[in-house]
Amino acid sequence: MSNSSIEKNMANAEKPETRDEFNVEIDGTVGSPFVDNPKMSSRNCDVFYADKQAIFNVNLDIAKHEIIAMIGPSGCGKSTYLRVLNRMNDTIPICRVTGEHTLDGEDIYAKNQDPVLLRARVGMVFQKPNPFPKSIYDNVAYGARLHGLAANRSELDDLVEASLIKAGLFKEVKDDLLKPGTGLSGGQQQRLCIARAIAVDPEVILMDEPTSALDPIATALIEELMDELKANYTIAIVTHSMQQAARVSQRTAYFHMGHLVEVNDTKTVFTNPEHKLTENYITGRFG
Amino acid sequence: MSISEKSASTQKIQAGLKRRYAKEKRFRLYGIISLIISFAFLLVLLTTIVSKGLPAFQQTYIKIDVTLDQADLGVDKNASEDELFSAPYSKTVKNSLKAMFPDAHGRKQKRALKNLVSKSAAYELRDKVIQDPSILGTTQTFWFLAKDDVDVFMKGGIDRKLPESERRIKDYQLAWIDQLIKEDRLEKRFNTVLFTAGDSREPEQAGMKGAIIGSLLTMLVTILLSFPIAVATAAYLEEFAPQNNRWVDLIEININNLAAVPSIVFGLLGLAVYINIFGIPRSTPLVGGLVLTLMTLPTIIIASRAAIKSVPPSIKEAAIGLGASPVQVLFQHTLPLAMPGILTGTIIGMAQALGETAPLLMIGMVAFVSDIPGGIFDPSTVMPVQIYLWSDSPERAFTERTSAAIMILLGFLVLMNLIAITLRKRFEKKW
Amino acid sequence: MAFSGLSRLVTELCSTLRHNGSDQRESPQKHYLEGNMPTQTILITLVALLLFSYFLGRKRSIAVSMSLNEGETPLHSRPQYYGYLVAIWAGMPAILVLTLWSSFNAPIISSLTVASMPETQNTQSADSIGLMMNEIINLAESGKAAEHSDSVLRNAATHYQRLQGISSLAKTAVVFAVALVGMLIGWRLISPETRARNKVETVIRWMMILCASIAILSTVGIVFSVLFESIHFFSSVPPTDFLFGTTWSPQTSMRSDQVGSSGSFGAVPLFLGTLLISAIALIIAVPLGLMSAIYLSEYATPKIRAFAKPVLEILAGIPTVVYGFFAALTVAPFLRQFGEMLGLSVASESALAAGLVMGIMIIPFVSSLSDDVLSAVPQAMRDGSYGMGATRSETIKQVVIPAALPGIVGGVLLAASRAIGETMIVVMAAGLSAKMTINPLEAVTTVTVQIVTLLTGDQEFDSPKTLAAFALALGLFMVTLLLNIIALHIIRKYREQYE
Repeated sequence: MSNSSIEKNMANAEKPETRDEFNVEIDGTVGSPFVDNPKMSSRNCDVFYADKQAIFNVNLDIAKHEIIAMIGPSGCGKSTYLRVLNRMNDTIPICRVTGEHTLDGEDIYAKNQDPVLLRARVGMVFQKPNPFPKSIYDNVAYGARLHGLAANRSELDDLVEASLIKAGLFKEVKDDLLKPGTGLSGGQQQRLCIARAIAVDPEVILMDEPTSALDPIATALIEELMDELKANYTIAIVTHSMQQAARVSQRTAYFHMGHLVEVNDTKTVFTNPEHKLTENYITGRFG
Repeated sequence: MSISEKSASTQKIQAGLKRRYAKEKRFRLYGIISLIISFAFLLVLLTTIVSKGLPAFQQTYIKIDVTLDQADLGVDKNASEDELFSAPYSKTVKNSLKAMFPDAHGRKQKRALKNLVSKSAAYELRDKVIQDPSILGTTQTFWFLAKDDVDVFMKGGIDRKLPESERRIKDYQLAWIDQLIKEDRLEKRFNTVLFTAGDSREPEQAGMKGAIIGSLLTMLVTILLSFPIAVATAAYLEEFAPQNNRWVDLIEININNLAAVPSIVFGLLGLAVYINIFGIPRSTPLVGGLVLTLMTLPTIIIASRAAIKSVPPSIKEAAIGLGASPVQVLFQHTLPLAMPGILTGTIIGMAQALGETAPLLMIGMVAFVSDIPGGIFDPSTVMPVQIYLWSDSPERAFTERTSAAIMILLGFLVLMNLIAITLRKRFEKKW
Repeated sequence: MAFSGLSRLVTELCSTLRHNGSDQRESPQKHYLEGNMPTQTILITLVALLLFSYFLGRKRSIAVSMSLNEGETPLHSRPQYYGYLVAIWAGMPAILVLTLWSSFNAPIISSLTVASMPETQNTQSADSIGLMMNEIINLAESGKAAEHSDSVLRNAATHYQRLQGISSLAKTAVVFAVALVGMLIGWRLISPETRARNKVETVIRWMMILCASIAILSTVGIVFSVLFESIHFFSSVPPTDFLFGTTWSPQTSMRSDQVGSSGSFGAVPLFLGTLLISAIALIIAVPLGLMSAIYLSEYATPKIRAFAKPVLEILAGIPTVVYGFFAALTVAPFLRQFGEMLGLSVASESALAAGLVMGIMIIPFVSSLSDDVLSAVPQAMRDGSYGMGATRSETIKQVVIPAALPGIVGGVLLAASRAIGETMIVVMAAGLSAKMTINPLEAVTTVTVQIVTLLTGDQEFDSPKTLAAFALALGLFMVTLLLNIIALHIIRKYREQYE
């Protein structure tokens, strides 16, 4: 087939052109990636998918009760890094994580560390709202039932109610607790997922672009909620929206092609970035 | 917060972990056990068939010195072919046996003596004599097929330690067989009869050739009809059918339903429509092929549609852009590119059809046919039906022949699937 | 030149016909089939004629094209399309005539034969005329018509033979006349104005539609073939007796002079037996198939999967007759011995043996359907569960399976329809005794077993015994159709949900 061979040749010729913006040396992380007494921290983190390296030597601390935003162009590794923090990458067979990662000083990749327990302590909210095909009540009660957190029915009722209140959803759904969670609107579904995560009483909540599938009003509600949750939880949020990062976070980490380029106060990152790549990104020269 | 002061919920979770991991392990074990059970069934099935069927590939022969006495036969060297043909050769065989075992007395024993060799011995002798009449009047040594009981005994199917009344072979027969063994007159050879003979009431003379030819003829009819019809249907549905057309929807629904209709119902269709209305002769590969065509159509259509769908539109668009008509695009580009997928589906459909039994019982292919069919209008049977027929026969020797027939059938199926897999591997294209 | 070759073919054909007719040494079997030989020969000759027409048309179109002067409109299509066009004209009408003639030959000749017989004979009931006709045909085809003692039958048989001969000759003549006329028309169509390609493509499109419609035709065929005979059956046996009667003994109806000659066609024991065996099969296949699918898709390493999946598929590729043999020869005796050990009496053709083996047969069916269904559950949902700290099995049990439940139910329904319609295993391993029992250790019979039993062996087509088989088949067809429609609907709805 001469046709296909020509196609193949053309595909080979079409290698991505290197643009000036990318041609900046990345040599370690600039800014202040480390804090005192961090909630979570990573040292020398590398992630591989089979033979392909997705994350290169990331060093980062996450402080207690802060919201840290992770930004960067698509495929920069920010979501992958987030999934390192609660060992979600374990569910992908070809994925390999190295480096030291701690939660309250405990090595979370240690042999005796249990991913089930870890994930209960480090909850996660996903890009697309993913309520289970169960009632609203059962969705929120899911984690509590799994982990045996409630001793009896009334305790469970209380826990569900409290979680829904914290997630700012209770008023809207209090009469429909037995209706399926999939029947809610997108924004409500995402708050249901947050309530579900809160119900397990985690210490850290990881949010992977939690509002990318939502409309602006629903997004605003979630952002408000995050601000309230900050008091009790440590939050790491991956976002595609620089405005969102600027609005909700205290610190911002900028990822670029698997490297952690810059970590600074959110204000500094958006007003006076240290690194050329960060500046190029936030000024919209690529991304 | 230090490591030691964990939150209350963390402690609760930790308390339940052990139990939960035990459950996890158990669940995983259920999965493994299910898989192992399925595999074990397969293994038992195949080993049963193979262990039962392997002996059937050998057959016992008996060496006998035959005196072709012209007086007994009533013919001499100058007799015409017709006379030679109808001479009583079975008597000669009987006399030869008597000469070897003069101790046989009484009707029962004499009959048993005759039954050491197969009835086919007389026909074999006849053919030998017709071939060369000069052997008349001489004593010749021949290897004849042994009767099924002797064969079963030789393969260890009869326990000589059993009391005589429970044995199919009596003590006097045992003595003869022992004597034959001692004189090196019993020999197991590769069973060519299995592949060169048609069906027979006598196990030792029964072969698969008729069924194999019948299957091939039936498959020929099936593929000649179903392949073009299925490809035309698939091409029409994928490339030409208007969207949201009632007729097209009806066709699609019907194809899906045909795929799920119990096979026996197709047999009734064949009986009521093909045989009773159109008068197509029963028991023939033609009517069998017609029935199996309807059954394989959905399989081939579904596979062909998938293959046609996977041809990238860019190629069709390029051809249309050069001024080709849709029909030309179909025959010159789409179908050639989709052909490996279509052929794979066709072979798989044919393999299904080859193993199909139930509908063929309905259209008379279950009849006893000893002739090898010569064409699609000759009464015949097919391999799976032959298996069914043999499995129904009480004779012990048929059991091993049934298993051997199954092995032959499975051999054909494995071959077809290997071809399909090779085709797929060889020509599979990722666009 | 062209026509001389053709006429030679025709003469050859006629001589084969005559040869067949006079060859008395042929076996009776061959004689019986003699009527079909011309059809085969005609068909082969027609194919040769088609090829010839194609080349003729192509050559002619090239000649026409060459003879055109400068400035005249060239031929519309490429030469081969004119070839196809001539071939289509030569072949299609002729094949149509041939098909129709062959299909309706037998009934027409039969009725003509009956009509030619004396009044006393052809006023009999339809049944006895049918029987008599069979006798006449057998007589005519045995080639010994002239020796038969009954003068009426003898005359009828000779008459039948003559009609057959005339029909064969006439068929040959008409088919070839039609083919030649078609060829002539095609030949005359070769001109620049004829849009040969468009015409050929229109024919091809219609042929494709025709092929696609065969699916509908065969469904219609199935429905009518079982429906008519069933209606016939229900005119002698009330539907209520059939559907709710609890005694099944069709054999007694064979002899009208015996007690219980009406036979009893209460199909409830058959339905019960079918349900019992299918239920046993599903009880085995659903958990094993589902758990295998779960293990393979959620736990197994790619290596194990690459090995185990094809091995499971082997179970699906083994012909049912092999399972039947295995059930009757190995499983049933084993179960009986095992039962004896436990002090249970297990019938040698127990429902358990048939159901067990049928279950094994259905395992790959269930597992591949479950696999499809489970893999349709979005990864996001699993992630949500893992993200909460659920273990794999908790995720599967509490999220994946509930989410996939409709699809699994659909798959089980499809498997049930398979089990109900399965024939060979039950024919070989289940018995014939129509007992009202749900004890899996006893012998039961099923709908499919009875259909096979009633329709194999000696047949009189119109006896209630034979017709009962069609009524059973109608029920079988309806139930499996219903199950499939419901199952496919559920599965489609389920797929749409996650698309």
